[in-house]
Amino acid sequence: MAPPQQSQRSPSPSQPSGKGEVSDLKSQLRQLAGSRAPGVDDSKRELFKKVISYMTIGIDVSPLFGEMVMCSAASDIVLKKMCYLYVGNYAKVNPDLALLTINFLQRDCKDEDPMIRGLALRSLCSLRVANLVEYLVGPLGSGLKDSNSYVRMVAVIGVLKLYHISASTCVDAEFPSTLKHLMLNDPDALVVANCLSALQEIWTLEASTAEEAAREREALLSKPVVYYFLNRIKEFSEWAQCLVLELAAKYVPSDSNEIFDIMNLLEDRLQHANGAVVLATTKVFLQLTLSMADVHQQVYERIKAPLLTLVSSGSPEQSYAVLSHLHLLVMRAPYIFSGDYKHFYCQYNEPSYVKKLKLEMLTAVANESNTYEIVTELCEYAANVDIPIARESIRAVGKIALQQYDVNAIVDRLLQFLEMEKDYVTAEALVLVKDLLRKYPQWSQDCIAVVGNISSKNVQEPKAKAALIWMLGEYSQDMQDAPYALESLVENWDEEHSPEVRLHLLTAVMKCFFKKPPETQKALGAALAAGLADYHQDVHDRALFYYRLLQYNVSVAERVVNPPKQAVSVFADTQSSEVKDRIFDEFNSLSVVYQKPSYMFTDKEHRGPFEFSDELGNLSIGAESADTVVPAQSVEANDKDLLLSTTEKEDGRDLGSNGSAYSAPSYSSAATSQSHEELALTNASVLGQAPASSFAIDDLLGLDFPVGGTAAAPPPPPPSLRLNPKAVLDPGTFQQKWRQLPISSSQEYSMSPQGVALLTSPNALLKHMKDISIHCIASGGQSPNFKYFFFAQKAEETSTFLVEYIINTSSAKSQIKIKADDQSSSEAFSTLFQSALSKFGSP
Amino acid sequence: MISQFFVLSQRGDNIVFRDYRSDVQKGSAETFFRKVKFWKEDDEGDAPPLFNVDGVNYFHVKVSGLLFVATTRANVSPSLVLELLQRIARVIKDYLGILNEDSLRKNFVLVYELLDEVIDFGYVQTTSTEVLKSYVFNEPIVVDAARLPTLGPASIFMQGAKRMPGTAITKSVVANEPGGRKRDEIFVDVVEKISVTFNSSGFILTSEIDGTIQMKSYLTGNPEIRLALNEDLSIGRNDYRSSGAVLLDDCNFHESVHLDNFDIDRTLTLVPPDGEFPVMNYRMTQAFKPPFRINALIEEAGPLKAEVIIKVRAEFLPSINANTVIIEMPLPTYTIRVNFELEPGAVGTTDFKEANKRLEWGIKKIVGGTEHTLRAKLTFSQEIHGNIMKEAGPISMSFTIPMYNASKLQVKYLQIAKSKAKNPHRWVRYVTQANSYVARL
Repeated sequence: MAPPQQSQRSPSPSQPSGKGEVSDLKSQLRQLAGSRAPGVDDSKRELFKKVISYMTIGIDVSPLFGEMVMCSAASDIVLKKMCYLYVGNYAKVNPDLALLTINFLQRDCKDEDPMIRGLALRSLCSLRVANLVEYLVGPLGSGLKDSNSYVRMVAVIGVLKLYHISASTCVDAEFPSTLKHLMLNDPDALVVANCLSALQEIWTLEASTAEEAAREREALLSKPVVYYFLNRIKEFSEWAQCLVLELAAKYVPSDSNEIFDIMNLLEDRLQHANGAVVLATTKVFLQLTLSMADVHQQVYERIKAPLLTLVSSGSPEQSYAVLSHLHLLVMRAPYIFSGDYKHFYCQYNEPSYVKKLKLEMLTAVANESNTYEIVTELCEYAANVDIPIARESIRAVGKIALQQYDVNAIVDRLLQFLEMEKDYVTAEALVLVKDLLRKYPQWSQDCIAVVGNISSKNVQEPKAKAALIWMLGEYSQDMQDAPYALESLVENWDEEHSPEVRLHLLTAVMKCFFKKPPETQKALGAALAAGLADYHQDVHDRALFYYRLLQYNVSVAERVVNPPKQAVSVFADTQSSEVKDRIFDEFNSLSVVYQKPSYMFTDKEHRGPFEFSDELGNLSIGAESADTVVPAQSVEANDKDLLLSTTEKEDGRDLGSNGSAYSAPSYSSAATSQSHEELALTNASVLGQAPASSFAIDDLLGLDFPVGGTAAAPPPPPPSLRLNPKAVLDPGTFQQKWRQLPISSSQEYSMSPQGVALLTSPNALLKHMKDISIHCIASGGQSPNFKYFFFAQKAEETSTFLVEYIINTSSAKSQIKIKADDQSSSEAFSTLFQSALSKFGSP
Repeated sequence: MISQFFVLSQRGDNIVFRDYRSDVQKGSAETFFRKVKFWKEDDEGDAPPLFNVDGVNYFHVKVSGLLFVATTRANVSPSLVLELLQRIARVIKDYLGILNEDSLRKNFVLVYELLDEVIDFGYVQTTSTEVLKSYVFNEPIVVDAARLPTLGPASIFMQGAKRMPGTAITKSVVANEPGGRKRDEIFVDVVEKISVTFNSSGFILTSEIDGTIQMKSYLTGNPEIRLALNEDLSIGRNDYRSSGAVLLDDCNFHESVHLDNFDIDRTLTLVPPDGEFPVMNYRMTQAFKPPFRINALIEEAGPLKAEVIIKVRAEFLPSINANTVIIEMPLPTYTIRVNFELEPGAVGTTDFKEANKRLEWGIKKIVGGTEHTLRAKLTFSQEIHGNIMKEAGPISMSFTIPMYNASKLQVKYLQIAKSKAKNPHRWVRYVTQANSYVARL
């Protein structure tokens, strides 16, 4: 039972202020430390609990270190555990005191009870004190060989902890290779899984400095290792299964039989109740089938039902995580989900972050057959009490209108919004009607009739007001009182706070003036006067510009301010397709939820193993941004990924029947609009059209030498290949392609001394290459070794060339490796590349 | 891999805080709580379950009024972490019987012990209550369920309660009964959440049932169990049995479930692990008879007046009752006064929530087959312009109906193989809850 002094204390865990309580505890612990009285363990437990509860709420109880350690010499396992927790928390800040614990922890590591051995080993490794690492190696070594799987499991993670305290100690003790052996041989699945986690982390971190580690990391993705894990997958816990699946998603099978075998093996994982397992499996399926368009589409069909089930079972948080992934898939292939639109209807009690996703999905899946129902549903939300969602819903209706050919019914709905007489509804609807008119000018009659009835006094939001004014100006010929509406707006010029609105007002009055000069003249004069006196620079400048333009010539002014317009066919997407593809590559990660690729929100070292593309993201991307020379180590890390992936996986990259590794539906790169079937056809005919294009190349190369030096050094005959000067490729795609394509040409090349001299200025080579439409995607290195990655695209098709160029400036020796979508033209490209190099640095 | 795990009370106090990798700053709990709080205050709605602040990713789930949080700097799988947090909550509940702030504070040492075994250096080791039993030595201090304080205004944190409380069982899987004897019993709950949207003329626009077969086993010796479902159950539209009475769109299973006979006779075999877990989740969009019909009307009754009529009819057997029924309806923002009038036979308490202009009608119990009508006379502060139908509604309803399931999915029998106990208690219960039950005007 508790000793008397214990009972005097208030039992309630009131929030103590600190010092007094800590010294109180200290004396109590001292009293108990030496005691052998019966029941002393119970009192100790109570005291320890108090210490830990103080620790939790942030009170510094580190002064008790010595007493805690003294007290825990007992055999009571509960006490031990509490003491371990305490020691683990404070050892780092009290390294000297931590030394006190080493003794009894080491002794416990040899205890008979495997539980105690495991616990002691875990605590020993959690001390995180650098000068104590020498004491870890022995116990860890025997822990890895322990007959009990619990101890081994703890020891494996212990190795990882040691690595983080002192990488060299860990590597010198050859723990990584011991783990590798355990991973492939241990009978216990959890030990194996921990080995995999630990090795992935260690080798990923090591890979930046040691080539061997990089090779080992690559070896985790080799066929025997991946198969070893996949065949045992059901022995693993659901969490370890996720780990294995993540590994499998990175594996590149050699042929389609292998792909189908893996998919058949994992098929039942899609029925798992754990959403993390299902999403990891989904990722494997999606990645494996990237090159097989029709199978890839079947995968979408297959995973639809399980993902929908996960969205509707489980907690709202879990369903949000799954819904984000479903959102990504819907955005990539909306047509596959067009029949499931009802699943994306919002429920009144859902949080707004869920509703927002669903509204975007509804917008995406709308097509001829379901638009009516979707728009009807969205109109319900427009009257919603949740105003941000109501606004989003109206915008969604507008977006659907802009993507549909049959907008008849939708325009009516939008116009009804305008009549709803809710401020925010009117505001959103005005913006939409404006966009709609820019795309479908033929609807102007219907819209103008309604817009004309809106009094600008009821519209306050700048965006909406600007939209209304734009329509007044653009369609003033059809609106009787447009000049007067504008006039009254001009009269209130000083009360208009938004410069955007004032700019629009200036332009609208100008337009109106050209259409109805007599009625508008007065308003125009007033507007120009007010504009010239405006404090806002842009407004002032525009007014002045209009004024001088009118002074110069009215008809010229009309041609400038109000030229005939073409209807807008497509509005720009907010996110580029490269970014979207990056996010897709990072399926089943936070990137999907944040809708950003990982390099935008995570430091490099936290992106996980095998994230090749991310490392490239850190390099200077594109020729424009290449001014910054990248720190050498990140380049090296990157180099290794690319080098290894080519040397070890050269064979069997061509998975698809058409030689392109990318034929996923809707996969598109910004520079291309052709479909992949076309790609396959045009690839074959490339050489045929070559002769006709030599002129263009001459021209391009001419640009290269404005000083006219071409004649001095006789260049090799111009290669017969035309490149797209505006080629675009995102680093993610580059890396993926680099991994997947075989090397089509590899050559040694000796750079001219002038060229080598020029290399000291970092951008010279990049500029030189860019002038002939070969773009740099990443570069870096440290003297004397430099490395560049270039890419180029054929002028008329999607076919891409990838180049790795390594040069040693002291020997002037360099190596060119070329990979190409279209093997047949890689020779021509190689010649072109070398001829470009030969001219680099020549006068 | 995660860096830290902590549990916060509704006020933002740390109840447990475990740092696994010390690569996230210590003040993370504060940063997190402030962010969540301000999200709400900035009128952005609830904070999403995961967000990034200065390179640190924060994940959280709300369970029993507590916030379970994990942090990491790595780009991890969001499902994995959220699933893990939910699972940690479940393991703690298995141990403590009741999961709330009080029980957690009383047992935080036990919780630390659990956390040490569940996660090591940020990597998940095990979340199985069964496995953990052999590593965990603290005895739970069981809190008395009757003394539970009601959460009251803290209900903003109860979003997690959208998930069914599942079972009313509040017994720890490790603690023994007061008598020292462990009772052999097993609970199987078929929990269905239903979502229905009626259009203004009372037709069903959309309907869905999300069901779970939840199991909690206290059987000694972990015997094998056979669970038989309706034989005419079919799954997916392509099922050859699709003439069956119960047609599920899709379902998934707990990893302990063997499906060897499932295709033949719709039986599931499993060795239930200790603790609470979902045996099977399913989803059904096949048409079903909704338990309640709602008719609602709003009519202008003069320049500053309108009348709302809400009629609710319980379309289930008189032997069944619905509990804790709440009917809500947003009213026009310029409503200043409401007079309620319950028609003969109608019961419940009515209220006009001035702050968010909402009508609320709470009914403790609705007996099957009865009909209840409420008339509310609204007084406005300004004249109605535009369409009043667009200013009010929709009506939403929440309820719980024990011993009722809309899908007709049934547990035909529950067989316990070779049980050591003579006659273990078997409880099979059904309950239906409203998820989103909405009638539009």
